[in-house]
Amino acid sequence: MLGALTLEACRAMIANRLRTFLTMLGMVIGVGAVVLMLAVGEGTRVTIRKQVETLGTNIFMVLAGFQQSAGVRTGSGSRHTLTVADGKALLELDGVIRVSPIVNNNIQLVAGGQNWNCMVMGVNEMYLPLRDWTTSSGREMDALDIQSAARNVWLGQSTAKELFGSVDPVGQSIRLGRVPFTVAGVLASKGQSLDGRDQDDTAIVPISASQRYLVGSQFRGSIRMIMVQAENAQVMTQLQDELRRVLRERHHLTTDAQEDDFFINNMSALMETAENMARSMTLLLGAIASVSLCVGGIGIMNIMLVSVTERTREIGIRLSIGARQRDILTQFMLEAVLVSLTGGVLGLLTGSLGASLVSYFLKTSVHVTPFSLILSFTVSAGIGLFFGFYPAYKAAMQDPIEALRFQ
Amino acid sequence: MALVIETKNITKSYPTGAGDLPVLHGVDFSLAEGEFTAIMGPSGSGKSTFMNILGCLDRPTSGVYRLLGEEVESLSPDQLANRRLHYIGFVFQGFNLLPRADLIENVALPLLYARLPVAERRKRALASLEQVGLGPWAKHRPSQVSGGQQQRAAIARALVCQPSLILADEPTGNLDTQTSNEIMALFSHLNDEGITLVLVTHEPDVASYAKRLTRFRDGLLVEDGPVLDRRRP
Repeated sequence: MLGALTLEACRAMIANRLRTFLTMLGMVIGVGAVVLMLAVGEGTRVTIRKQVETLGTNIFMVLAGFQQSAGVRTGSGSRHTLTVADGKALLELDGVIRVSPIVNNNIQLVAGGQNWNCMVMGVNEMYLPLRDWTTSSGREMDALDIQSAARNVWLGQSTAKELFGSVDPVGQSIRLGRVPFTVAGVLASKGQSLDGRDQDDTAIVPISASQRYLVGSQFRGSIRMIMVQAENAQVMTQLQDELRRVLRERHHLTTDAQEDDFFINNMSALMETAENMARSMTLLLGAIASVSLCVGGIGIMNIMLVSVTERTREIGIRLSIGARQRDILTQFMLEAVLVSLTGGVLGLLTGSLGASLVSYFLKTSVHVTPFSLILSFTVSAGIGLFFGFYPAYKAAMQDPIEALRFQ
Repeated sequence: MALVIETKNITKSYPTGAGDLPVLHGVDFSLAEGEFTAIMGPSGSGKSTFMNILGCLDRPTSGVYRLLGEEVESLSPDQLANRRLHYIGFVFQGFNLLPRADLIENVALPLLYARLPVAERRKRALASLEQVGLGPWAKHRPSQVSGGQQQRAAIARALVCQPSLILADEPTGNLDTQTSNEIMALFSHLNDEGITLVLVTHEPDVASYAKRLTRFRDGLLVEDGPVLDRRRP
């Protein structure tokens, strides 16, 4: 029964080729737009997710406070209120698993015939595991490097390439400013950060060596920031208060009137927010695209109503030879669903193709998920059913005598 | 002989803006198995309305209609469709074939609604086409054959579910005299094989093929009796 009705529906569709094509086009554009928009949104989300993961998980960034002189407030970190000892104190807290103090400044690196300016960070041996970072060659930093303030340097991928090209730099000597260091390792590639910086254009040294040889700080031992890693996401909120309490105590900020001389940023929460924004954007784009899908559905309804009117006599014939109302209903519903499903499948292909074109020409990340494919397939079938029902119902409710008289 | 059709005091009126318009004023009519009657009457006499009621396309306003002993008033729309499918075959003035389907598909259409498998549908549709002499034209579309052949195909479609009754509404109205005679000969032949027939027509020539003549005037059955000078093909 369904097979024969499908055949008849196809025949009716072919008999009105242009009309069928135009109706389908509405669905193609609708479904295509939804697939493309979801792909763009999802691509953005995936990009952000990846960048979030490069930062490490459950991270707090504690920044030194700002300086205020004669009413002029300089930026955060301008006053080096944090110390390596603060970092050690924070590591004692329950729920904290790793802490690394960080000092950084731009230094000219010279090796062989090449030189390169990049951000050199002084960190401790916990920094790389905290950032979920590894070395691609050489060894990792250890506690001995810190204790002995060893003049060892680990180069980021980009820096290593700029200075040494394709040669493995491990064991080579290099000057940081005027101070000779030895390359102890090369870091694995980390890619772009959330703000678009190349995280591989960097070098790290033991913080003790940085403080002794590189940073001309007015207060020896003061640092710009401390990265703190919590053991899991659940303790983050509570831990933030704990960090603040300990630091205030250590900085002798006893009364409420005294402001914090540091900032604590919950980086994971910030990243979460960014990811949520991307998710909302996906939803918004999808919602806008659904409007065109809806318009496509209305197109189907419109053309089905025309078709029912045109075929009134045919409906009368069918009813008179013994078709039940639901047989007529099935026939016209089938036609509507067939048009919308075919349109939907073509839309899927168009949308996916459009997504590849966008990613190729605009160099943005797009991501067509199986979910969006299943969604648009189901939705186009649903649209056929929904918008096809009223015309089909109208067809089924025809009075056979009136329908037979129709010219 | 068992009664195929029995009506008791059937009335039908259509609601209009100026009140109900009565079309049938109480018709008593019965038709036994194997009969062949021609219904005649001027336009507006109610004969088409009566046919529609007999064909389960319309319901009477009052009165009783029994089709094969079963009261039709109590049937649901689906049950009425089922009676049209299995008990009644329609033949129309305008043939009413589906233009996009070929003849065998047109003939097989009722079998589709009877939910028969495709092989069975084709087999029975072809047998039905051969019965009316259209076997070789099975794969032609209605537009590719003559009017007489189209009407034969329509008759084949009416026969395909082996109905108890065939209702033909002006079946020769669109055909020339010779083709009309051929179609009427076919009806006579079918009646000889035992099929019960009701024929609505304007033309006395056509009516003279029937065994019985029923005449309507102003919504009433005014004459009902055997055809005296019956024409035989």
